[in-house]
Amino acid sequence: MAAIFTGAPPNSGPGYSFTQTPAPTSASEPRQHAFYPYTDNGGSTLGISSSTFTILAGDTRSTSGYNINTRYAPKLFHIDSADPSSRLVLSVVGFAADGEALAERLDTVVKMYRYQHGKTISVGAAAQRLSHVLYGKRFFPYYVHAILGGLDEEGKGALYSYDPVGSYEREQCRAAGAAASLIMPFLDNQVNYKNQYMAGSGVGHELQQRDPRPLERKEVEELVRDAFTSAVERHIEVGDGLQMMVITKEGVEEVYRELKKD
Amino acid sequence: MNHLPQAWGRPRDDIYGAYNHAHLAPSHPTTHTQSPIVTGTSVIALKFRGGVVIAADNLASYGSLALHRREAAEKFNDKAVLGFGGDVSDMQYLDRYLNALAIRENYSSGSGAGEKASSTSTDASEEERAESLDNEGAGTGMAANNLHKYLQKLLYRRRSDFNPLWNHILIAGLSSPPPNAPDASPQPFLKSVDLLGTAFGAPSLATGFGAHLAQPILRRVVPDEEAVKKIDEATAVEAIRECMKVLWYRDARSLDRYSLAVVTKEGVRLSEDERVEGQSWEFAEGIRGYGTQVV
Repeated sequence: MAAIFTGAPPNSGPGYSFTQTPAPTSASEPRQHAFYPYTDNGGSTLGISSSTFTILAGDTRSTSGYNINTRYAPKLFHIDSADPSSRLVLSVVGFAADGEALAERLDTVVKMYRYQHGKTISVGAAAQRLSHVLYGKRFFPYYVHAILGGLDEEGKGALYSYDPVGSYEREQCRAAGAAASLIMPFLDNQVNYKNQYMAGSGVGHELQQRDPRPLERKEVEELVRDAFTSAVERHIEVGDGLQMMVITKEGVEEVYRELKKD
Repeated sequence: MNHLPQAWGRPRDDIYGAYNHAHLAPSHPTTHTQSPIVTGTSVIALKFRGGVVIAADNLASYGSLALHRREAAEKFNDKAVLGFGGDVSDMQYLDRYLNALAIRENYSSGSGAGEKASSTSTDASEEERAESLDNEGAGTGMAANNLHKYLQKLLYRRRSDFNPLWNHILIAGLSSPPPNAPDASPQPFLKSVDLLGTAFGAPSLATGFGAHLAQPILRRVVPDEEAVKKIDEATAVEAIRECMKVLWYRDARSLDRYSLAVVTKEGVRLSEDERVEGQSWEFAEGIRGYGTQVV
């Protein structure tokens, strides 16, 4: 704890009962750091929300270095699937063991909410709770980029993206993981119409941005497929299979599609 | 009084001397495994129609020194076998731990071997009874998937405590039927877990050097779950033996004696003294380079 106090007083002067930095004891000196508790299992995820649904997707390849661990390791988790009215899906990419641990903790949290309050948790509440779960391990983080999808109280698609320590934001679309830098610009352009302008609206500052509109389910599924088939071409850690979860008011529908296995 | 509230009310260093933190610390450093010491090399396994075959060689290495023989595969019960790669002392710790778990499970599962032993022969010796408690995970005992989940949690917890068990373990066996279909026939199960708690399953798995040398060969035999249904036990065992031979040829930390286990619904067949058969080192003749030959 002592290390947290930063405005450290001078150590030399009289009257100070303890030094602000932990005293080097015989116990802490020979500590080595040969064991690193994280690894990167590669892969990519993405989520897109629209007016009546949210789609989350992730490839199913798991890697360690240049090796493929398996061609089928899901990154998408239906949270509290025992509850028929559950519309929550969590996607995690990064360190797979942390990802699964996080999914299980959120699953427990959502179940406990249902048992204690007698109703299904709202996606906004679940999203904030997930942020707290992540921040709770601020100093030994879950090394994952999480995306949480669901439907909000108005029935609109909801999508929340997180950094490993719990900073979060509601968005229309987000790509995460190894190929995030390949997929995200594509999504910016095709979902939020970034850098698309109205034809004939003028030049320079006169140019009018094309207004984003809610996309149809078929359009979004095609965007997801295109995003992943392209990412597979250019990123070695992405491939094998595409797992998609479509969240609508009818329920959570899972779709699996093959990707290139090279 | 000074301007540092956190120092108020405490003994002053200029009068009593600075607090000696060594009083609070243990006299010796806490030691956690930072690297494996005595190690076992690859474990390989393959699913087939109705079961799983798993193999690992019997060598324990100390760096590049071939130290002694080891047990490489452990039978947990009639439904699950474990194959260990990595640190041998951690493996032996886990073996003892899991034996205790198996005994506890069989006592608590009711229809376990305890009853079986006493009903078949009332005057069974203590030794026989203990043996059957260890090994007969009848009826309700932990299946391979339950054991895998348990080990994943154990290894993930240990890595989170920065005190890892330095192993990469394959768990092979039969899975328990899902809760919504309790009468379904048990399916072949094969998953791995490593020192970080990373867990994954596949039709074929290999740890360590085997991930480079054996896995490509095994994936040609069973590229996906569909292929698993098409191959029989004999084909699977033959593929595993071939891989053990390749590993013996090319993995400098391997041995030509290995353990091989087959798990089917009939139970576990574990043989701990298999040999690499039909070796041919002729391929070595054609190799040029690496310094010894001039041309």
